[in-house]
Amino acid sequence: MFQVVIHGRGGQGVVTASELLARSGFAAGRQVQAIPSFGSERMGAPVVAYTRFADSKILTREPILAPDAVIVQDPTLLRTMNVFDGLVPGGRAVVNTRESPNEIRAACPDAPAESGRLATVPADDIVREYLGRPIPSAALLGAFAALTGQITLEALAQSIQKVFKGKVAQGNINSANVAYQWVLDHLGQEDQGAPGGIEHVDVERPATSELPIPIAGVPEVTNA
Amino acid sequence: MLELLEGSKAVARAVALTRPDVVCAYPISPQTHIVEALSVMVRDGHLKDCDYINVESEFAAMSVSIGASAAGGRVYTATASQGLLYMAEAIYNASGLKLPIVMTVANRALGAPINIWNDQSDSLSQRDSGWLQLFAVDNQEAIDLHVIAYKIAEQISLPVMVCMDGFVLTHASDVVELPTQEQVDAFLPPLAPLEKLSLKNPRSMGMMAGPDVFTETKYLAHQAMIQAHTVIARAAADFAAAVGRESWRPVRVWGPDLEDRPARQGEIAVIGMGSVMGTTQAAAARLWEQGVKTRLITLGSYRPFPARTVREAIGTADRVVVLDRALMLGVGGVLSADVRRSMARLGIPMHSVVAGLGGRSITERSLAKTLRQAKVGELGELEFMDLKQDLVTMSDAAVPVRAPARGAARPGAAAAPAGAPGAEGPDDAAASAPGAPAAAADDAMPTKPAQTGGPALTASAGSLGTATADEKATSADGAAPAAGDRAAPTASDRREG
Amino acid sequence: MAKVHIPFMQTGALAVGGRLLDEDERSVQAWQDRPSTLTRGHRACQGCAEALAARWVLDTAMEVTGGKLMVANATGCLEVFSTLYPESAWRVPWIHSLFANAASVATGIAATNHAKGRDDIRVIAQGGDGGTADIGMACLSGMFERNDDVLYVCYDNQAYMNTGVQRSGATPPAARTSTTPAVGLSPGNTFGQGKFVPKIAMAHEIPYVATATVADLRDLEAKVRTAMKHRGARYLHILVTCPLGWGTKTAASIKMARLATQCGLFPVFEAEYGDITGVTPIRSRVPVEDYLRPQRRFAHLFGPRGDEAALERIRGQAERNIRQYHLLEEGVLA
Repeated sequence: MFQVVIHGRGGQGVVTASELLARSGFAAGRQVQAIPSFGSERMGAPVVAYTRFADSKILTREPILAPDAVIVQDPTLLRTMNVFDGLVPGGRAVVNTRESPNEIRAACPDAPAESGRLATVPADDIVREYLGRPIPSAALLGAFAALTGQITLEALAQSIQKVFKGKVAQGNINSANVAYQWVLDHLGQEDQGAPGGIEHVDVERPATSELPIPIAGVPEVTNA
Repeated sequence: MLELLEGSKAVARAVALTRPDVVCAYPISPQTHIVEALSVMVRDGHLKDCDYINVESEFAAMSVSIGASAAGGRVYTATASQGLLYMAEAIYNASGLKLPIVMTVANRALGAPINIWNDQSDSLSQRDSGWLQLFAVDNQEAIDLHVIAYKIAEQISLPVMVCMDGFVLTHASDVVELPTQEQVDAFLPPLAPLEKLSLKNPRSMGMMAGPDVFTETKYLAHQAMIQAHTVIARAAADFAAAVGRESWRPVRVWGPDLEDRPARQGEIAVIGMGSVMGTTQAAAARLWEQGVKTRLITLGSYRPFPARTVREAIGTADRVVVLDRALMLGVGGVLSADVRRSMARLGIPMHSVVAGLGGRSITERSLAKTLRQAKVGELGELEFMDLKQDLVTMSDAAVPVRAPARGAARPGAAAAPAGAPGAEGPDDAAASAPGAPAAAADDAMPTKPAQTGGPALTASAGSLGTATADEKATSADGAAPAAGDRAAPTASDRREG
Repeated sequence: MAKVHIPFMQTGALAVGGRLLDEDERSVQAWQDRPSTLTRGHRACQGCAEALAARWVLDTAMEVTGGKLMVANATGCLEVFSTLYPESAWRVPWIHSLFANAASVATGIAATNHAKGRDDIRVIAQGGDGGTADIGMACLSGMFERNDDVLYVCYDNQAYMNTGVQRSGATPPAARTSTTPAVGLSPGNTFGQGKFVPKIAMAHEIPYVATATVADLRDLEAKVRTAMKHRGARYLHILVTCPLGWGTKTAASIKMARLATQCGLFPVFEAEYGDITGVTPIRSRVPVEDYLRPQRRFAHLFGPRGDEAALERIRGQAERNIRQYHLLEEGVLA
């Protein structure tokens, strides 16, 4: 079983991200479960959602206490709560920030210490450029795909197209692609952030056909 | 076809497959996604010939359901928590009128303090209402159960609550399979009510019944509920056959060894309802390897209560652990009271574990700890899983703090964490100490000592953190008589048994 | 349609709905084979105007709908005296559920009928003033605002008569009830309280609202006919004398209702979509004392220790109604 916790704020599409993640696993024939944290969250309040992948029926209903991976949609959460709480040894994390992995580690002692297990992605900049909406979910899921290999970009694109339509779907897919590539380009460069945001690259590619970036390109990280 | 669906949306589609004539509801979390999805299906023509009514309260929701059902329509509504209580008068009326209404209860706690999260206090508070209460373990069962529920309701002409844990199931997305329209149509014939408002045969429904016939009407209702067991079992089996796969069952007995048999010596029988049994199953598989052998008895049917099946499934287990998702204050778990009655003559120790109130997560770790404690005889007769000892501990030094001791805690005062095994102190003292339940003294049960070392406890949970010392003492006083009634569970057993 | 042969016990134009009039001017009650929705043998008190009004309303509605009528009844006198298992006085598909929910139950019946394509079947909900103005107000308002296809009929006898004459939200000021006893400094029901449901109904701007009394049964019948011509939510508020609760002679029920209208305390009018469209003017005005004095519930206002101040306030109320509803202006609409 592979368990993912997504942290964000109300209005940032955290629950949708959890569902997109589950859908992407489901499309690949895996057993999945997506559980939003439940509450009377209002816009801007911290929100958490859980996604599980497994190869057999998922029986448990507990919240994920020991995630294999954490996705942080809002960097302001890093200073207010321990988003890495319970992360398994060797677990991985994607953080939406311009800061470098080491800058994050300096602020958050529980952030994955090993090289190549903490990916920082300027997802806000990416979605501003390619989506035009401040919803970084798809970009972060693209980054997650690159970091963990748990889902493929094709499956993610398919899921996005099930949930969104037209330009919004394409914008999300493009954001996911860019973030995916960002992780491939930057993972392991622990001191490199994106202080100036990102430069626009042309990703106006048609849907998914040209997208596949081989998962083999993901740096080999094993859970020691 | 397998699909990834949110529980609520899946249930809404299952309801639509039953072709209801009338859907009405009043919004309350965590039921909302179900009725929202149904409103879309009615508006976009997906669900044809169906009237969707936005009512002004849950009381109206059940009342409209009563009228619609009395007129011969297939009716659906959904609610939870406070909403269920707000419609309580009409709930009893619907069952008394023998109307085959199906209602989803997205199980949620009851306030105060207000809490929107999951436990089973709401539907269990209506356990004597004359409605059937059927529980789903997961969203697949929730889907299946809504179709099965109409079959049962319409065959015996009684209303059914389909209970599914709020948020934990309603808001979770799972891989599920909906039956096809053809399968549902073949399984569930059009409604042919036993009695309805009819122009051809005008009858009066809901007449006053005097003392000369009232007992008899209740006797017949009681018999109908008992006969429901057979109808439920048949409907469940028929549905499984219709869809050609495993489906919901009124009682499911499971062990990690996958043997189809009751519990036996050396094993613990674990009894519960709803989604907690999925988590328990996951925990049990691991515990088995550690020598903690369990047999899980998952109750799909709470009303009627399948006492005989439960008794048989308990078999010769060493002990029984009941996972209680609802609490009778001053008495103990609601479900365990039913279980206790069904196993009265077995002589097997029973532990009530009150777990997951108001959305407190029930983790595999805590379940495992509880079952390990049960295995080695360290589990109390009434336990509160993951109770935060520090939160129920008084911080105000003005309230008398007594050392754990036998006997004489001041009546009504915040009691000492006494409850030492065999404590002979006043019942109120023992009762207000978590882990040292009032009922402990009823049987020769090994009772786990309360966690000692902390200061005194308060019974004033409702005013946590705000009450003055005086208020706390007052509420403890108020609680004392009820808590002191330690014979209540057994006495009621005798009365009702 | 359930029709029974009615042996007329009385003769005369008024007694049996105008049998001496031309055929088409006669009341439903003039037929010997009328749809007797509320048959003899029920347990209503002698002189009960509610029973009389209910029979006129439902018989008329049965005739208008060709017998395609279903009725939801709130808990109250009407329900209790008409049905005690195993007997029922109703000859119409009839359901009693609860005190507060008659409007909602009716909505449900209408919904099923609509879903099954049976819009030809019409639905009436009925209850007393307690089940309407007080405990049933939420369900009633919900039915109004959704404009459900239901005619709600309130039989207003101005207190909880079924439980022993306790005060309701429709009890008039100064009236003695068992919970507003005629003792103390301001005996009887408090001034400045209470509500007039027809105005609340009009505020919902539903297709039709009307008031009526048992003093003018032909008017009542006409209003039921008008109501049944409309679709959507409709409300009919009927003042019904209760000899027990009002402390009046059982033979005086019709007369008391007439006095209520002629003194100005009970305005008779009809309204469509929130606007008044017709008013029954006072034919022969009487002082409010003529209406109040025969009622034991107002006895404390009279005599040597009477309450002139209270009487003056009641007179003021009648004046206000007369002004507001133009009750003395023939042919003038408000």
